[in-house]
Amino acid sequence: MIVVIDYSVGNVKSVRNALDFLGIDDKLSADPDDIRASDGVILPGVAAFGYAMAELGDLAEVVREVAGAGKPLLGICVGHQLLFEHSCELGEHDGLGLIQGTIEPIPQDMGLTIPHMGWNAVMPDVGMNLFAGLEKEEYFYFAHSFCAKVTDPEAKVAKMEYGRLLVASVQKGNVFGVQFHPEKSAPMGLDVLRNFDAICREGGIC
Amino acid sequence: MLTKRIIPCLDVKDNRVVKGVNFLNLRDAGDPVELGKRYSDEGADELVFLDITATIRSKKTIVDLVERVAENVFIPFTVGGGISTANEIDILLRAGADKCSINTAAVQNPDVLAESAERFGSQCVVLAIDARRKKGESGKWIVTVKAGSEPTNIDAVEWAVNAERLGAGEILLTSMDADGTKAGYDIELTRVVAEAVNIPVIASGGAGTLESLAEVLEQGKADAVLAASIFHYSEYSIRQVKEYLAGQGILIRPVR
Repeated sequence: MIVVIDYSVGNVKSVRNALDFLGIDDKLSADPDDIRASDGVILPGVAAFGYAMAELGDLAEVVREVAGAGKPLLGICVGHQLLFEHSCELGEHDGLGLIQGTIEPIPQDMGLTIPHMGWNAVMPDVGMNLFAGLEKEEYFYFAHSFCAKVTDPEAKVAKMEYGRLLVASVQKGNVFGVQFHPEKSAPMGLDVLRNFDAICREGGIC
Repeated sequence: MLTKRIIPCLDVKDNRVVKGVNFLNLRDAGDPVELGKRYSDEGADELVFLDITATIRSKKTIVDLVERVAENVFIPFTVGGGISTANEIDILLRAGADKCSINTAAVQNPDVLAESAERFGSQCVVLAIDARRKKGESGKWIVTVKAGSEPTNIDAVEWAVNAERLGAGEILLTSMDADGTKAGYDIELTRVVAEAVNIPVIASGGAGTLESLAEVLEQGKADAVLAASIFHYSEYSIRQVKEYLAGQGILIRPVR
Protein backbone atom coordinates (compact mmCIF):
# COMPACT_ATOMS: atom_id res chain seq x y z
CA MET A 1 0.00 0.00 0.00
CA ILE A 2 1.14 3.53 -0.82
CA VAL A 3 0.50 6.25 1.74
CA VAL A 4 -0.17 9.74 0.40
CA ILE A 5 0.83 12.06 3.20
CA ASP A 6 -2.04 14.24 4.32
CA TYR A 7 -0.55 17.45 5.58
CA SER A 8 -3.46 19.76 4.88
CA VAL A 9 -1.67 21.38 1.99
CA GLY A 10 -1.66 20.35 -1.59
CA ASN A 11 -3.72 18.71 -4.22
CA VAL A 12 -3.85 15.37 -2.43
CA LYS A 13 -7.18 14.65 -4.07
CA SER A 14 -5.69 14.83 -7.57
CA VAL A 15 -2.92 12.43 -6.62
CA ARG A 16 -5.39 9.99 -5.12
CA ASN A 17 -7.72 10.23 -8.13
CA ALA A 18 -4.83 9.19 -10.36
CA LEU A 19 -3.78 6.31 -8.07
CA ASP A 20 -7.38 5.12 -7.82
CA PHE A 21 -7.75 5.27 -11.59
CA LEU A 22 -4.66 3.06 -11.91
CA GLY A 23 -6.07 0.61 -9.36
CA ILE A 24 -3.18 1.28 -6.97
CA ASP A 25 -3.84 0.52 -3.31
CA ASP A 26 -3.43 3.87 -1.59
CA LYS A 27 -4.35 5.64 1.62
CA LEU A 28 -4.40 9.28 2.61
CA SER A 29 -2.91 9.53 6.08
CA ALA A 30 -0.98 11.63 8.55
CA ASP A 31 -0.53 8.72 10.96
CA PRO A 32 3.15 7.79 11.53
CA ASP A 33 2.18 4.12 11.94
CA ASP A 34 0.52 4.07 8.50
CA ILE A 35 3.59 5.70 6.99
CA ARG A 36 5.91 3.19 8.65
CA ALA A 37 3.72 0.24 7.55
CA SER A 38 3.40 1.35 3.91
CA ASP A 39 5.27 -0.01 0.88
CA GLY A 40 5.95 3.50 -0.31
CA VAL A 41 5.18 7.11 0.47
CA ILE A 42 4.08 10.03 -1.68
CA LEU A 43 4.66 13.55 -0.46
CA PRO A 44 2.39 15.69 -2.65
CA GLY A 45 2.22 19.43 -2.71
CA VAL A 46 0.72 22.58 -4.01
CA ALA A 47 2.02 25.20 -1.61
CA ALA A 48 4.77 27.58 -0.79
CA PHE A 49 7.87 25.81 0.62
CA GLY A 50 7.82 27.34 4.11
CA TYR A 51 4.12 26.78 4.57
CA ALA A 52 4.42 23.16 3.41
CA MET A 53 7.36 22.42 5.71
CA ALA A 54 5.53 23.98 8.66
CA GLU A 55 2.39 21.97 7.92
CA LEU A 56 4.43 18.77 7.66
CA GLY A 57 5.60 19.46 11.24
CA ASP A 58 6.54 16.36 13.22
CA LEU A 59 5.90 14.13 10.21
CA ALA A 60 9.15 15.45 8.73
CA GLU A 61 11.07 13.23 11.15
CA VAL A 62 8.94 10.19 10.22
CA VAL A 63 9.55 10.82 6.51
CA ARG A 64 13.31 11.10 7.11
CA GLU A 65 13.21 7.90 9.16
CA VAL A 66 11.38 5.75 6.56
CA ALA A 67 13.39 7.16 3.65
CA GLY A 68 16.58 6.43 5.58
CA ALA A 69 15.36 2.86 6.09
CA GLY A 70 15.01 2.40 2.32
CA LYS A 71 11.28 2.85 1.79
CA PRO A 72 10.49 4.35 -1.64
CA LEU A 73 9.55 8.01 -1.30
CA LEU A 74 8.17 10.19 -4.10
CA GLY A 75 7.97 13.95 -3.68
CA ILE A 76 5.77 15.84 -6.12
CA CYS A 77 6.19 19.54 -6.91
CA VAL A 78 6.74 21.24 -3.55
CA GLY A 79 7.05 17.71 -2.10
CA HIS A 80 10.00 17.25 -4.46
CA GLN A 81 11.47 20.54 -3.29
CA LEU A 82 11.11 19.54 0.37
CA LEU A 83 13.52 16.63 -0.27
CA PHE A 84 16.40 19.13 -0.51
CA GLU A 85 18.32 20.99 2.16
CA HIS A 86 17.15 24.55 1.88
CA SER A 87 14.85 26.98 0.06
CA CYS A 88 14.75 30.75 -0.17
CA GLU A 89 11.08 30.99 -1.23
CA LEU A 90 9.43 33.76 0.86
CA GLY A 91 12.18 33.65 3.50
CA GLU A 92 14.82 31.10 4.42
CA HIS A 93 13.61 27.57 5.16
CA ASP A 94 15.26 24.22 5.82
CA GLY A 95 13.90 21.16 4.03
CA LEU A 96 14.17 17.45 4.75
CA GLY A 97 17.79 17.31 3.59
CA LEU A 98 17.47 13.86 1.99
CA ILE A 99 19.21 15.05 -1.16
CA GLN A 100 22.00 17.64 -1.23
CA GLY A 101 20.95 20.80 -2.98
CA THR A 102 18.90 23.94 -2.65
CA ILE A 103 15.68 25.41 -4.01
CA GLU A 104 16.18 28.63 -5.90
CA PRO A 105 14.07 30.95 -8.02
CA ILE A 106 13.92 30.11 -11.72
CA PRO A 107 16.30 32.66 -13.30
CA GLN A 108 14.30 35.62 -14.56
CA ASP A 109 16.95 37.06 -16.88
CA MET A 110 15.74 35.25 -19.99
CA GLY A 111 12.52 37.24 -20.48
CA LEU A 112 10.44 34.11 -19.95
CA THR A 113 7.15 33.99 -18.11
CA ILE A 114 7.37 32.99 -14.45
CA PRO A 115 5.81 30.77 -13.04
CA HIS A 116 7.04 28.14 -15.45
CA MET A 117 3.55 26.89 -16.17
CA GLY A 118 2.60 24.33 -18.75
CA TRP A 119 3.87 21.26 -20.56
CA ASN A 120 7.58 20.84 -21.09
CA ALA A 121 9.65 17.99 -22.53
CA VAL A 122 11.68 16.10 -19.91
CA MET A 123 14.97 14.37 -20.65
CA PRO A 124 15.77 11.77 -18.01
CA ASP A 125 19.24 10.49 -17.18
CA VAL A 126 19.85 6.82 -17.92
CA GLY A 127 18.57 4.38 -15.34
CA MET A 128 15.99 6.66 -13.73
CA ASN A 129 13.37 4.13 -12.66
CA LEU A 130 10.38 6.50 -12.75
CA PHE A 131 10.84 6.93 -16.50
CA ALA A 132 11.16 3.23 -17.36
CA GLY A 133 9.37 2.43 -20.61
CA LEU A 134 8.81 6.08 -21.53
CA GLU A 135 10.18 7.84 -24.58
CA LYS A 136 13.47 9.74 -24.24
CA GLU A 137 11.54 12.99 -24.27
CA GLU A 138 8.00 13.10 -22.94
CA TYR A 139 5.92 16.11 -22.02
CA PHE A 140 4.90 16.69 -18.41
CA TYR A 141 2.93 19.45 -16.72
CA PHE A 142 4.81 21.96 -14.58
CA ALA A 143 3.59 24.83 -12.40
CA HIS A 144 6.34 26.38 -10.31
CA SER A 145 8.48 29.46 -9.79
CA PHE A 146 11.31 27.77 -7.89
CA CYS A 147 13.56 24.97 -8.95
CA ALA A 148 16.08 22.55 -7.44
CA LYS A 149 19.82 23.02 -7.78
CA VAL A 150 21.18 19.54 -7.16
CA THR A 151 24.68 19.26 -5.70
CA ASP A 152 24.40 15.65 -4.52
CA PRO A 153 26.99 13.51 -6.34
CA GLU A 154 24.85 10.40 -5.81
CA ALA A 155 21.71 11.87 -7.39
CA LYS A 156 20.54 11.27 -10.95
CA VAL A 157 18.77 14.16 -12.58
CA ALA A 158 16.23 14.60 -15.38
CA LYS A 159 16.40 17.96 -17.11
CA MET A 160 14.04 20.20 -19.02
CA GLU A 161 14.78 23.26 -21.07
CA TYR A 162 13.31 26.59 -20.09
CA GLY A 163 15.74 29.26 -21.20
CA ARG A 164 18.40 27.01 -19.76
CA LEU A 165 18.47 23.44 -18.46
CA LEU A 166 16.53 23.07 -15.21
CA VAL A 167 15.92 20.11 -12.90
CA ALA A 168 12.68 18.27 -13.70
CA SER A 169 13.22 15.15 -11.61
CA VAL A 170 15.73 13.63 -9.23
CA GLN A 171 16.50 10.17 -7.95
CA LYS A 172 18.85 9.18 -5.16
CA GLY A 173 18.48 5.52 -4.29
CA ASN A 174 14.95 5.08 -2.96
CA VAL A 175 14.21 8.81 -2.87
CA PHE A 176 12.48 10.24 -5.96
CA GLY A 177 11.34 13.75 -6.76
CA VAL A 178 9.39 15.19 -9.67
CA GLN A 179 9.02 18.92 -10.11
CA PHE A 180 6.18 18.25 -12.56
CA HIS A 181 2.77 16.86 -11.67
CA PRO A 182 2.53 13.22 -12.80
CA GLU A 183 -1.09 13.10 -11.61
CA LYS A 184 -1.83 15.91 -14.08
CA SER A 185 0.36 14.83 -16.98
CA ALA A 186 -2.11 12.69 -18.90
CA PRO A 187 -1.00 9.12 -19.85
CA MET A 188 2.72 9.88 -19.50
CA GLY A 189 2.21 11.05 -15.93
CA LEU A 190 0.13 8.02 -15.08
CA ASP A 191 3.02 5.87 -16.40
CA VAL A 192 5.35 7.57 -13.92
CA LEU A 193 2.97 6.78 -11.03
CA ARG A 194 2.63 3.21 -12.28
CA ASN A 195 6.44 2.92 -12.29
CA PHE A 196 6.58 4.23 -8.72
CA ASP A 197 4.00 1.65 -7.68
CA ALA A 198 6.11 -1.08 -9.30
CA ILE A 199 9.17 0.15 -7.37
CA CYS A 200 7.16 0.03 -4.12
CA ARG A 201 5.84 -3.46 -4.81
CA GLU A 202 9.34 -4.71 -5.56
CA GLY A 203 10.41 -3.40 -2.16
CA GLY A 204 12.46 -0.49 -3.35
CA ILE A 205 15.64 -0.04 -5.36
CA CYS A 206 18.37 -2.54 -4.57
CA MET B 1 10.58 24.66 -24.12
CA LEU B 2 7.04 25.16 -22.95
CA THR B 3 4.29 24.29 -25.36
CA LYS B 4 1.31 26.54 -25.97
CA ARG B 5 -1.73 25.19 -24.14
CA ILE B 6 -5.15 24.36 -25.56
CA ILE B 7 -7.78 24.72 -22.84
CA PRO B 8 -11.44 23.79 -23.18
CA CYS B 9 -13.67 25.70 -20.78
CA LEU B 10 -16.76 24.42 -19.04
CA ASP B 11 -19.14 27.24 -18.10
CA VAL B 12 -21.38 25.52 -15.59
CA LYS B 13 -24.89 26.45 -14.56
CA ASP B 14 -27.34 24.19 -12.71
CA ASN B 15 -24.98 21.23 -13.07
CA ARG B 16 -24.87 21.60 -16.87
CA VAL B 17 -22.31 23.06 -19.23
CA VAL B 18 -23.78 26.06 -21.01
CA LYS B 19 -22.51 28.57 -23.51
CA GLY B 20 -23.82 31.97 -24.46
CA VAL B 21 -22.88 34.93 -26.59
CA ASN B 22 -21.36 37.97 -24.82
CA PHE B 23 -22.28 36.19 -21.55
CA LEU B 24 -26.02 36.09 -22.51
CA ASN B 25 -28.49 33.71 -24.23
CA LEU B 26 -27.13 30.56 -22.66
CA ARG B 27 -27.72 27.22 -24.31
CA ASP B 28 -27.05 23.73 -23.05
CA ALA B 29 -23.78 22.08 -24.08
CA GLY B 30 -23.67 18.88 -22.05
CA ASP B 31 -22.72 17.17 -18.83
CA PRO B 32 -19.59 18.57 -17.12
CA VAL B 33 -18.35 15.19 -15.92
CA GLU B 34 -18.63 13.64 -19.39
CA LEU B 35 -17.18 16.64 -21.19
CA GLY B 36 -14.30 16.94 -18.72
CA LYS B 37 -13.37 13.30 -19.18
CA ARG B 38 -13.66 13.60 -22.95
CA TYR B 39 -11.32 16.58 -23.15
CA SER B 40 -8.80 15.02 -20.76
CA ASP B 41 -8.78 11.80 -22.82
CA GLU B 42 -8.60 13.64 -26.15
CA GLY B 43 -5.38 15.44 -25.30
CA ALA B 44 -6.43 18.86 -23.97
CA ASP B 45 -3.63 20.52 -22.02
CA GLU B 46 -5.79 21.82 -19.23
CA LEU B 47 -9.43 22.14 -18.24
CA VAL B 48 -11.19 25.20 -16.85
CA PHE B 49 -14.46 24.97 -14.94
CA LEU B 50 -16.30 28.22 -14.31
CA ASP B 51 -19.34 28.22 -12.08
CA ILE B 52 -21.23 31.05 -13.74
CA THR B 53 -23.98 31.15 -11.11
CA ALA B 54 -21.67 31.03 -8.12
CA THR B 55 -23.05 34.11 -6.49
CA ILE B 56 -26.47 32.63 -5.93
CA ARG B 57 -25.81 28.88 -5.82
CA SER B 58 -24.92 26.73 -2.88
CA LYS B 59 -21.15 26.30 -2.76
CA LYS B 60 -21.57 22.72 -1.55
CA THR B 61 -23.22 21.70 -4.83
CA ILE B 62 -20.31 23.10 -6.78
CA VAL B 63 -17.71 21.39 -4.61
CA ASP B 64 -19.47 18.04 -5.16
CA LEU B 65 -19.53 18.61 -8.91
CA VAL B 66 -15.87 19.68 -8.99
CA GLU B 67 -15.05 16.49 -7.14
CA ARG B 68 -16.88 14.35 -9.70
CA VAL B 69 -15.31 16.10 -12.69
CA ALA B 70 -11.82 15.83 -11.14
CA GLU B 71 -12.09 12.06 -10.72
CA ASN B 72 -11.72 11.60 -14.48
CA VAL B 73 -9.43 14.49 -15.33
CA PHE B 74 -5.69 13.81 -15.46
CA ILE B 75 -4.70 17.20 -16.78
CA PRO B 76 -4.53 20.47 -14.80
CA PHE B 77 -7.93 21.54 -13.60
CA THR B 78 -8.72 25.16 -12.81
CA VAL B 79 -11.92 26.09 -11.00
CA GLY B 80 -13.43 29.53 -10.77
CA GLY B 81 -16.64 31.40 -10.15
CA GLY B 82 -17.60 33.09 -6.90
CA ILE B 83 -14.39 32.29 -5.04
CA SER B 84 -13.74 34.97 -2.45
CA THR B 85 -11.36 33.59 0.21
CA ALA B 86 -8.24 31.46 0.59
CA ASN B 87 -10.29 29.01 2.63
CA GLU B 88 -12.61 28.44 -0.32
CA ILE B 89 -9.57 27.74 -2.48
CA ASP B 90 -8.45 25.19 0.09
CA ILE B 91 -11.83 23.44 -0.12
CA LEU B 92 -11.71 23.33 -3.93
CA LEU B 93 -8.12 22.06 -3.99
CA ARG B 94 -9.19 19.32 -1.64
CA ALA B 95 -12.05 18.49 -4.02
CA GLY B 96 -9.55 17.98 -6.84
CA ALA B 97 -8.92 21.42 -8.35
CA ASP B 98 -5.30 22.27 -9.10
CA LYS B 99 -5.68 26.01 -9.47
CA CYS B 100 -8.40 28.50 -8.66
CA SER B 101 -9.37 31.59 -10.54
CA ILE B 102 -10.56 34.67 -8.73
CA ASN B 103 -12.38 37.52 -10.39
CA THR B 104 -14.86 39.78 -8.58
CA ALA B 105 -13.46 39.11 -5.09
CA ALA B 106 -9.97 40.15 -6.14
CA VAL B 107 -11.30 43.47 -7.45
CA GLN B 108 -13.18 44.08 -4.22
CA ASN B 109 -10.35 42.89 -1.99
CA PRO B 110 -6.99 42.57 -3.79
CA ASP B 111 -5.38 41.18 -0.61
CA VAL B 112 -7.07 37.84 -1.31
CA LEU B 113 -4.53 37.33 -4.13
CA ALA B 114 -1.58 37.90 -1.82
CA GLU B 115 -3.02 35.74 0.94
CA SER B 116 -3.77 32.87 -1.45
CA ALA B 117 -0.36 33.09 -3.13
CA GLU B 118 1.38 32.96 0.22
CA ARG B 119 -0.60 29.93 1.28
CA PHE B 120 -0.78 27.87 -1.92
CA GLY B 121 1.94 29.39 -4.10
CA SER B 122 1.42 31.76 -7.01
CA GLN B 123 1.09 28.89 -9.48
CA CYS B 124 -2.24 28.09 -7.88
CA VAL B 125 -3.72 31.56 -8.12
CA VAL B 126 -5.28 32.62 -11.40
CA LEU B 127 -6.67 36.11 -11.80
CA ALA B 128 -9.65 36.14 -14.14
CA ILE B 129 -10.31 39.44 -15.89
CA ASP B 130 -13.48 40.07 -17.86
CA ALA B 131 -12.46 43.05 -19.97
CA ARG B 132 -14.61 45.28 -22.12
CA ARG B 133 -13.43 47.85 -24.63
CA LYS B 134 -13.85 51.39 -23.39
CA LYS B 135 -16.32 53.22 -25.60
CA GLY B 136 -14.87 56.09 -27.58
CA GLU B 137 -11.29 55.36 -26.55
CA SER B 138 -9.21 52.96 -28.60
CA GLY B 139 -6.66 50.70 -26.94
CA LYS B 140 -8.37 50.94 -23.52
CA TRP B 141 -10.27 48.23 -21.70
CA ILE B 142 -12.11 48.31 -18.40
CA VAL B 143 -12.56 45.51 -15.90
CA THR B 144 -16.10 44.25 -15.35
CA VAL B 145 -17.20 42.17 -12.39
CA LYS B 146 -20.07 39.90 -11.34
CA ALA B 147 -19.96 37.80 -14.51
CA GLY B 148 -19.61 40.87 -16.66
CA SER B 149 -22.76 42.53 -15.36
CA GLU B 150 -21.05 45.37 -13.52
CA PRO B 151 -18.48 47.70 -15.10
CA THR B 152 -15.76 49.23 -12.91
CA ASN B 153 -13.50 52.15 -13.69
CA ILE B 154 -10.40 49.96 -13.40
CA ASP B 155 -8.10 49.74 -16.41
CA ALA B 156 -7.69 46.07 -17.37
CA VAL B 157 -3.99 46.31 -18.20
CA GLU B 158 -3.15 48.14 -14.97
CA TRP B 159 -5.14 45.59 -13.02
CA ALA B 160 -3.21 42.72 -14.61
CA VAL B 161 0.10 44.36 -13.65
CA ASN B 162 -1.10 44.96 -10.09
CA ALA B 163 -2.36 41.41 -9.78
CA GLU B 164 1.02 40.03 -10.78
CA ARG B 165 2.67 42.16 -8.11
CA LEU B 166 0.18 40.89 -5.52
CA GLY B 167 0.94 37.26 -6.33
CA ALA B 168 -1.32 36.05 -9.15
CA GLY B 169 0.48 33.34 -11.10
CA GLU B 170 -1.56 33.51 -14.28
CA ILE B 171 -4.11 35.73 -16.00
CA LEU B 172 -7.26 34.33 -17.56
CA LEU B 173 -8.15 37.18 -19.86
CA THR B 174 -11.63 37.17 -21.35
CA SER B 175 -12.75 39.71 -23.89
CA MET B 176 -16.41 40.29 -23.18
CA ASP B 177 -16.81 41.92 -26.56
CA ALA B 178 -15.63 38.77 -28.32
CA ASP B 179 -16.96 36.08 -25.98
CA GLY B 180 -19.12 33.49 -27.74
CA THR B 181 -19.11 35.40 -31.03
CA LYS B 182 -16.60 33.04 -32.70
CA ALA B 183 -15.31 36.15 -34.49
CA GLY B 184 -11.76 35.74 -33.19
CA TYR B 185 -10.01 36.75 -30.00
CA ASP B 186 -9.29 40.36 -29.10
CA ILE B 187 -5.70 40.20 -30.30
CA GLU B 188 -4.83 43.72 -29.26
CA LEU B 189 -6.09 43.29 -25.70
CA THR B 190 -4.25 39.99 -25.33
CA ARG B 191 -0.99 41.37 -26.68
CA VAL B 192 -1.06 44.51 -24.54
CA VAL B 193 -1.65 42.47 -21.37
CA ALA B 194 0.85 39.74 -22.29
CA GLU B 195 3.52 42.38 -22.89
CA ALA B 196 2.72 44.17 -19.63
CA VAL B 197 3.08 41.16 -17.34
CA ASN B 198 5.65 38.44 -16.82
CA ILE B 199 3.15 35.69 -15.90
CA PRO B 200 1.30 33.48 -18.40
CA VAL B 201 -1.78 34.89 -20.11
CA ILE B 202 -4.65 32.66 -21.23
CA ALA B 203 -6.59 34.26 -24.08
CA SER B 204 -10.33 33.75 -23.85
CA GLY B 205 -13.40 34.86 -25.76
CA GLY B 206 -13.98 34.68 -29.47
CA ALA B 207 -12.41 31.36 -30.52
CA GLY B 208 -13.82 30.50 -33.92
CA THR B 209 -11.62 29.42 -36.77
CA LEU B 210 -8.36 27.54 -36.43
CA GLU B 211 -6.64 30.64 -37.78
CA SER B 212 -8.04 32.69 -34.90
CA LEU B 213 -6.34 30.36 -32.41
CA ALA B 214 -2.98 30.63 -34.17
CA GLU B 215 -3.37 34.40 -34.41
CA VAL B 216 -3.83 35.00 -30.69
CA LEU B 217 -0.92 32.70 -29.82
CA GLU B 218 1.44 34.37 -32.30
CA GLN B 219 0.34 37.98 -32.69
CA GLY B 220 -1.47 38.16 -29.33
CA LYS B 221 1.51 36.55 -27.53
CA ALA B 222 -0.82 34.41 -25.41
CA ASP B 223 0.63 31.42 -23.59
CA ALA B 224 -2.59 29.48 -23.87
CA VAL B 225 -5.93 29.61 -25.64
CA LEU B 226 -9.23 28.91 -24.00
CA ALA B 227 -12.20 27.87 -26.09
CA ALA B 228 -15.66 26.53 -25.39
CA SER B 229 -18.18 26.54 -28.23
CA ILE B 230 -15.87 25.10 -30.89
CA PHE B 231 -15.14 22.06 -28.72
CA HIS B 232 -18.55 21.57 -27.09
CA TYR B 233 -20.38 21.54 -30.40
CA SER B 234 -17.66 19.39 -32.00
CA GLU B 235 -16.70 21.89 -34.66
CA TYR B 236 -13.11 20.91 -34.02
CA SER B 237 -11.54 18.16 -31.96
CA ILE B 238 -8.56 18.85 -29.71
CA ARG B 239 -6.44 16.78 -32.09
CA GLN B 240 -7.50 18.84 -35.12
CA VAL B 241 -6.63 22.07 -33.32
CA LYS B 242 -3.27 20.74 -32.19
CA GLU B 243 -2.33 19.36 -35.57
CA TYR B 244 -3.23 22.63 -37.25
CA LEU B 245 -1.23 24.73 -34.78
CA ALA B 246 1.77 22.39 -34.95
CA GLY B 247 1.58 22.73 -38.75
CA GLN B 248 1.85 26.49 -38.29
CA GLY B 249 5.14 25.99 -36.47
CA ILE B 250 3.67 26.59 -33.01
CA LEU B 251 5.14 24.38 -30.27
CA ILE B 252 2.34 22.07 -29.14
CA ARG B 253 2.25 18.95 -26.97
CA PRO B 254 1.32 16.21 -29.43
CA VAL B 255 -1.73 14.08 -28.71
CA ARG B 256 -0.45 10.63 -27.86
